[in-house]
Amino acid sequence: MAKDTKKKRKGSAEAEGEKYAICLEGVNKAYEDGVPALTDINLKIVPGEFVFIAGETGSGKSTLIKLLLRELKADSGSINVCGYDLMRIKRREVPKFRRNLGVVFQNFRLLKERNVYDNVAFAQRIIQKSERDIRKNVPSILSAVGLAGKYKAKPKQLSGGEQQRVALARALVNKPSILLADEPTGNLDPKNTTDIMHLLEKINQNGTTVVVVTHNREVVNLMQRRVVTLRKGVIVSDEEKGGYIDED
Amino acid sequence: MKISTFFYTLRQGIINVFRNKWFTLASLATISACLFIFGIAYSLLVNFQHMVKTAEEGVSITVFYDEGLPQEEIDLIGAQIEARTEVSKVVFVSADEAWAEFSAELGEAAEGITENPLVNSANHEVYLNDVSAQAHLVKYIEQIEGVRKVNQSEFTANLFTGVNSLVTYVSIGMIAILLSVSVFLISNTVTIGISVRKEEITVMKYIGATDFFVRAPFVFEGMIIGLIGSALPLVLLYYIYEVALKFLAEKFAFLSSLLVTLPVWDVFVVLIPVSLVIGVGIGFFGSFFTVRKHLKV
Repeated sequence: MAKDTKKKRKGSAEAEGEKYAICLEGVNKAYEDGVPALTDINLKIVPGEFVFIAGETGSGKSTLIKLLLRELKADSGSINVCGYDLMRIKRREVPKFRRNLGVVFQNFRLLKERNVYDNVAFAQRIIQKSERDIRKNVPSILSAVGLAGKYKAKPKQLSGGEQQRVALARALVNKPSILLADEPTGNLDPKNTTDIMHLLEKINQNGTTVVVVTHNREVVNLMQRRVVTLRKGVIVSDEEKGGYIDED
Repeated sequence: MKISTFFYTLRQGIINVFRNKWFTLASLATISACLFIFGIAYSLLVNFQHMVKTAEEGVSITVFYDEGLPQEEIDLIGAQIEARTEVSKVVFVSADEAWAEFSAELGEAAEGITENPLVNSANHEVYLNDVSAQAHLVKYIEQIEGVRKVNQSEFTANLFTGVNSLVTYVSIGMIAILLSVSVFLISNTVTIGISVRKEEITVMKYIGATDFFVRAPFVFEGMIIGLIGSALPLVLLYYIYEVALKFLAEKFAFLSSLLVTLPVWDVFVVLIPVSLVIGVGIGFFGSFFTVRKHLKV
């Protein structure tokens, strides 16, 4: 599902960064009160990888996600995502940059008043797809996540697992090169958790880079993928086919 | 921006009006109530001003001329006075007309008088646009050669000038207060209505929506609510105004010379655009600036 084109943006990390889907070098970010949230983060993720960012509450995972979405700007270092230098990107370019990413959240963040079809179609309307394309693409992605029969349902009529599938469909319908999942199984039971993780695996097999931020030990250990562990804002471990590292 | 995007955001704005029923109703009620009170205040004030103005226009000064001054010169002086900007109307009253009017007032007492005792009373009645200019005009006329005397009522002129100033200041003050209260209340309602939908805005931004794409439906929604919210009290006021005019004409016919009201369209020709601009304007700017606060995601 990944796009094979990369947007060019000038910046110091340009040459190195564009080889990677995500490239962070020497990144530091402090909270407003000056307390460090992330310290000297170096992280390189190649296109098509499946990576867990693991860590307990307060380890800096959410800050890292916000930096990758350019909701926050790092205090120092360089961040390159999909060829965009996020330290130099202009505010008006941020929406265009974000269209390269698919994002899912723990609490799904669906538009409550709109049905499943409209929630997914909304992402297409943002990139100004024609109604004809939307009528073709939305049912197709809803089928892929197993929700073809529920396109008329409102979010509150769906289970947690189904809502997360809608969120995934919305994140994927624009064919992003990277899927960022922030605690995607946090509100799900074990059965739905396994289903969603298998869905993410399938998405990754189709070429999309998948980054899952989680503190769910079982999920991390089950998948046997690359695991980057954060503790108090510092990367303490980065292992291929790693497992969840407890704080104690 | 594609034209389809414009119509999509417009359609979303219309859908939002119906989707967020409570917000719509609260905003409509606030806007309508504020503009209704504003409309009543405005109607009362312009009518009161009109009544004062009408009464003021009835106040005249009378110019008498030197004995034996030829009619041609009297006419010339009349024309000279009429040419002045503060003068609205000049009426010539000949000595015969003056006596006819006076003898009618005297009734039986005038019987037996065969010669016109007011032979030197040919005069001009001068009506002013603005009674506050009376003293200045009298001074000017008194200096004209051939003018014997100028009669004026200084007390009436001063009274009208005072009332006029008072009405103007009270009008400006009341309208300013009502407008401020309206702007505050309406903006507050819009702000609260949009703030509860902050999550929706955040999601849109995460997906990659531009500021325009996020903002446009809210702005359209605000403008639609503002338009309806200002149209409702206008319709209501129109009918109330007509009923009120009818009531005054029927029940207070004996005060018809005092209660000189404005026709409905004379009031609404100003009230309609002002109300619509306030309603739609506040809807537009309220939504625009409130959404802006939530766009920094």
